[in-house]
Amino acid sequence: MARAASTQRKVTVTIVAWVVALVIFFPILWTVLTSFKSEGDAINISHFFQTPWSIESYFEVQSRSDYFRHFFNSVIISVGSTLLALLFSIPAAWSMAFAPTSRTRDIMMWMLSTKMMPAVGVLVPIYLIFKTLGLLDNAWGLMIVLMLMNLPIVIWMLYTYFKEIPVDILEAARMDGATLGKELVYVLVPMAVPGIASTLLLNIILAWNEAFWTLNLTAANAAPLTAFIASYSSPEGLFWAKLSAASTLAIAPILVLGWISQKQLVRGLTFGAVK
Amino acid sequence: MATRQTRTLARFMMAPSVIILFVWMIVPLVLTLWYSFQRYNLQHPDRAGFVWFRNYYFFLTDPAFVQAIGNTLILVVGVLLITVIGGVLLALLLDQPIWGQGIVRLLVIAPFFVMPTVSALVWKNMLMHPQYGIFAWLAQLFGQRPIPWLQDFPLFSVTLITAWEWLPFATLILLTALQSLDEDQKEASEMDGANFVNRFIYIILPHLARAITVVILIETIFLLGIFAEIYVTTQGGPGYASTNLPFLVYVQALLNFDVGGASAGGVIAVILANIVAIFLIRIVGKNLDA
Repeated sequence: MARAASTQRKVTVTIVAWVVALVIFFPILWTVLTSFKSEGDAINISHFFQTPWSIESYFEVQSRSDYFRHFFNSVIISVGSTLLALLFSIPAAWSMAFAPTSRTRDIMMWMLSTKMMPAVGVLVPIYLIFKTLGLLDNAWGLMIVLMLMNLPIVIWMLYTYFKEIPVDILEAARMDGATLGKELVYVLVPMAVPGIASTLLLNIILAWNEAFWTLNLTAANAAPLTAFIASYSSPEGLFWAKLSAASTLAIAPILVLGWISQKQLVRGLTFGAVK
Repeated sequence: MATRQTRTLARFMMAPSVIILFVWMIVPLVLTLWYSFQRYNLQHPDRAGFVWFRNYYFFLTDPAFVQAIGNTLILVVGVLLITVIGGVLLALLLDQPIWGQGIVRLLVIAPFFVMPTVSALVWKNMLMHPQYGIFAWLAQLFGQRPIPWLQDFPLFSVTLITAWEWLPFATLILLTALQSLDEDQKEASEMDGANFVNRFIYIILPHLARAITVVILIETIFLLGIFAEIYVTTQGGPGYASTNLPFLVYVQALLNFDVGGASAGGVIAVILANIVAIFLIRIVGKNLDA
């Protein structure tokens, strides 16, 4: 009796949950479906599922606007800024977690506070400095800005991971006669790698989707996908299918990364306040 | 435990990060402050000079500024209301036993990973377009006249798009918090005969309080800076109907070339964000002690 009631309840909850989830997911689903239509069929919603499917839009996006250049810009900028950020943050987070001083806490809070600064507050000087240095529309310039923007998050995330590595195990290794090099390679690195990997993933996602600096500091040359897609905001003629194809290609890789790293996302974006 | 040697090493390892962050924060901020007291227009470089608070005066008395502040607040509060209430409801729903829970979860959090320019353009064209959009199609299906959403309700439309992007974030964090709720406590209250409403008010909501606070503060930080969504949909229009503070500063700086005025706007944005930041820092700081 109780079992039947709970099964019935599960059926109801399942249906409601799936309907809600599909409504939320709908814009993405529709974009993917539209990308496989011709321009004429894309706006014919009433007969959407009767018209033929094709992958022509994908070729057209590439041939008309050199899509892959922007794709590679996105890859270079997001991966580059992430690796740069790790280069700076691994030693910093490491020393904060394993050799904290009385000021460590203040330094960490101060780093977090730099993240609170609205980008628009420094847009003017950054723009002028970049203009003077010839860094406008330059992938390196953008890489540096995004690295600095995400550095506090990266340090915080790494810190919360490093903090969980038990110090005792290092002492145990030392007692067993491990040298510093062996300690590093066989004990510390294996324990630190998962944390570093998830920090890497989250930061690539953030950098890939960043849409303030990428829009304001790039033009045609170094524009990553965020800026490239924005150029579709003033189009001519029918472009639904092409917009969809470009969008699908732009979000697919990051959607996969995001789905893989959803747990770490919570931790990273709340600075460890929610785990 | 730490010897003097390791402390020196620690300082040495921390220094690069601290230095570049310090430079990144201080140099532009000081420059913004400096420009904000200058008459400085890129189109008229000859007419320059120190003008005290005149840029602030012009910026603050500009009707566009008042509207932009209002729009910024409506946008932030609107998105917060939708995402927090919706997030709590969704988290409660997804915490139940359902078939295909993993997939449902993936579908719900997906919008968060879509880059802002893509989500804004997809909504603008494929959903809200008054001729070819899905909403127009649905309206016609029910014999209604399609609504030109971005024309007639620009701020509401931008709010809706932004809420769609941030609902997954709120849901994901609240769901994570919900799942850490002690099962025994839930069961005990159920056995004591507490109904759902009572359980929600006395057990679930207090447990979620901290996560909700964190969601509100972090979203506020990001929402105060909403830019791309406006940039690709309405360009702040019609008129200033959907212009928020960041967009107004952008217009002033990169379209009107008024460096002084834009900087004054930037300083005001910094002050506003700091008010929120103080609260967030306190909460995260408390967590650090625990």
